[in-house]
Amino acid sequence: MSNAIQLLRFITAGSVDDGKSTLIGRLLHDSKSIFEDQLSAIAKTSTRRGMEAVDLSLLTDGLQAEREQGITIDVAYRYFATPKRKFIIGDTPGHEQYTRNMVTAASTANLAVILIDARRGVLTQTRRHTFIASLVRVPHIVLAVNKMDMVGYSEATFDAICAEYRAFAAQLGLHDVTCIPLSALIGDMVVDRGDNLNWYQGSPLLEHLENIVIDYDVNTTDFRYPVQWVCRVHGSDFGSNVTRRSGLVSTETVDEANGFRGYMGRIESGEIQAGDAVTVLPSGRTSRVKEIATYDGNLQQAYAPQSIAITLVDEIDISRGDMLVKADSLPNVAKEFEAMLCWLSESPLDTNRKYIIKHTTRVVKCLFSRIESRMDVNTLARHSTTTLNMNDIAHVAMKVQQPLVFDSYALNRSTGSFIVIDEATNNTVAAGMII
Amino acid sequence: MSSHVFTHLDALESESIHIMREVAAECKNPALLFSGGKDSIVMLRLAEKAFRPAKFPFPLVHIDTEHNFPEVIACRDKLAKDLGERLIVRSLEDSIKRGSIVIKDPDLPRNPFQSVTLLETIAEFGFDACMGGARRDEEKARAKERIFSFRDEFGQWDPKNQRPELWDTYNTCVHNGENIRVFPISNWTEMDIWEYIGREKLHIPEIYYAHKRAVIRRGNSVIPVSHLVQPKPAEKVETLSVRFRTVGDMTCTAPVESTAHTVDEIITETATTRITERGATRMDDQTSEASMELRKKEGYF
Repeated sequence: MSNAIQLLRFITAGSVDDGKSTLIGRLLHDSKSIFEDQLSAIAKTSTRRGMEAVDLSLLTDGLQAEREQGITIDVAYRYFATPKRKFIIGDTPGHEQYTRNMVTAASTANLAVILIDARRGVLTQTRRHTFIASLVRVPHIVLAVNKMDMVGYSEATFDAICAEYRAFAAQLGLHDVTCIPLSALIGDMVVDRGDNLNWYQGSPLLEHLENIVIDYDVNTTDFRYPVQWVCRVHGSDFGSNVTRRSGLVSTETVDEANGFRGYMGRIESGEIQAGDAVTVLPSGRTSRVKEIATYDGNLQQAYAPQSIAITLVDEIDISRGDMLVKADSLPNVAKEFEAMLCWLSESPLDTNRKYIIKHTTRVVKCLFSRIESRMDVNTLARHSTTTLNMNDIAHVAMKVQQPLVFDSYALNRSTGSFIVIDEATNNTVAAGMII
Repeated sequence: MSSHVFTHLDALESESIHIMREVAAECKNPALLFSGGKDSIVMLRLAEKAFRPAKFPFPLVHIDTEHNFPEVIACRDKLAKDLGERLIVRSLEDSIKRGSIVIKDPDLPRNPFQSVTLLETIAEFGFDACMGGARRDEEKARAKERIFSFRDEFGQWDPKNQRPELWDTYNTCVHNGENIRVFPISNWTEMDIWEYIGREKLHIPEIYYAHKRAVIRRGNSVIPVSHLVQPKPAEKVETLSVRFRTVGDMTCTAPVESTAHTVDEIITETATTRITERGATRMDDQTSEASMELRKKEGYF
């Protein structure tokens, strides 16, 4: 293909002492993404704290409380680029109480770097992070076995940790796992190979991040187009200062008598071509794509995740929350479904109450009809329960007031996911993944 | 997949358009904060891509410190006029006259007071969502902020109690009197902005390009001489070739030495600079390690 630069989003998850911030600092530092003023600011802080070397972990701790306590308490996003790719890092805290932040960051990630301290091996927390990555279906996993310098760069230690980890990951159905030994502190196998891990044949972490294939991380087969916004312009408005400047208006879409009616949104999966037959759900009406319109002119074909406007040959009633699909790959339309839920709120789930669901562009009321089981994220055992507390992960059955148009999360991350909002507080209280 | 090429700029653009349309669809009375600076000019192009051929479903709002560079204000007015969009300007002077802002010296930096006028403007028009062109790579407190950032009735940001933000499913619910700040270009970097300005051939204020300017050196900073900043007796005025990486309050926005006259030349400089955007140019961020976080807690966007 061409030399187009792609965007890769990844998260880092690890325990407090696994050296996660140091690893990020190392990635940024060795890829020359740290600026002099940032380095001098953290150098000053390091000196003030009596440290001998510059503490790279200070780079990612953005909040005052974090710098005071020396911990990471919220997801921080970091940006860096190499000539091959642009990267967005979601840095997630390792503390138990902040699991919800990992779910948050993982939900948009192509890849998860799960960090382990080579001296301590696979911990409960490692299992929890891996389980969350599998639940949220992060497409690619890297197990970064850090602090190899503290175990004499032992290949046997690395092999034993990898074997244990792979066995656990396989139970969760995770097969795209790459294990990399490294030392973030010394800099071995992060950006440069270093001289201490010559027995390791694979790529250093950064090289792996630059080359992993991410084109198939989105569903490329099933066309799903939730309507976000209906754009109407009346015929008499054309020719005005506003509309004349836009590429849209130079197209034949502009009908002086009827104006413009475009269904705006983002293709969540699959592709669409001008002339394709489409079905509108939940109504089931059908029509044909007249034009795929963008500010930069009409397209013959468009793909996920492009934001576009679609005009249809027939005038049918379509509003926000409806979904355009193709008849040969239909999603489910239903008022009842089952889901895996991660409870994010400090107030527990009350099954007597109604909540609000936001799913694609649709907002509806919902009820939790059953909690089938709660999962112990450490043992993967299922327990029965009547409520859910913060950080609980459970299998639930739900009912919604209006039908949702959905796929299983396993097939489609966009149309299989939803958030739950508490009407009383307006807080986001849960993340759901439809089974 | 076929042979189409979906670059990082395409990905960022589509994400931003999606965010703007969510705001338009779910918020009752949104606004787009527009200063005439490069990031907000990018925001305008994204809004055109999101909503044309219709008019924007929100007004443009500028909180004017009256310490702005005249070139930027001229660009602000020209762009709003060319686009045919409504521009609301509220000035810190109004708040000063009302007595809600009390300043010791009218020539001192005014960024700390912008929040007051912004909150007054939000109240005046009843905005429930304000879109801004802030980016997470600008500053470490911003790096922790959600795309949809919830504010209480005092406009305060509580960094330790943010709503989780999952997938691209944004919670836009607020109670009356509360509002959200929305940052559609959160995930863009300074480099992305320049690449996009180049790709879209956006017109930006001339002071972003290298030009000769009378400056004085104070500490590590180069400060432009203006009616607000005059040399002190011992200070020497020099004329240097400079450009601005950010344009804010004239009294605390420093240019960098540069000979970049085109977007391509700026991209080359941006790729090789060893100093962050705000580090080089914003004296108000250098007062303490948490200056931005503290200002945001007070309602700054």
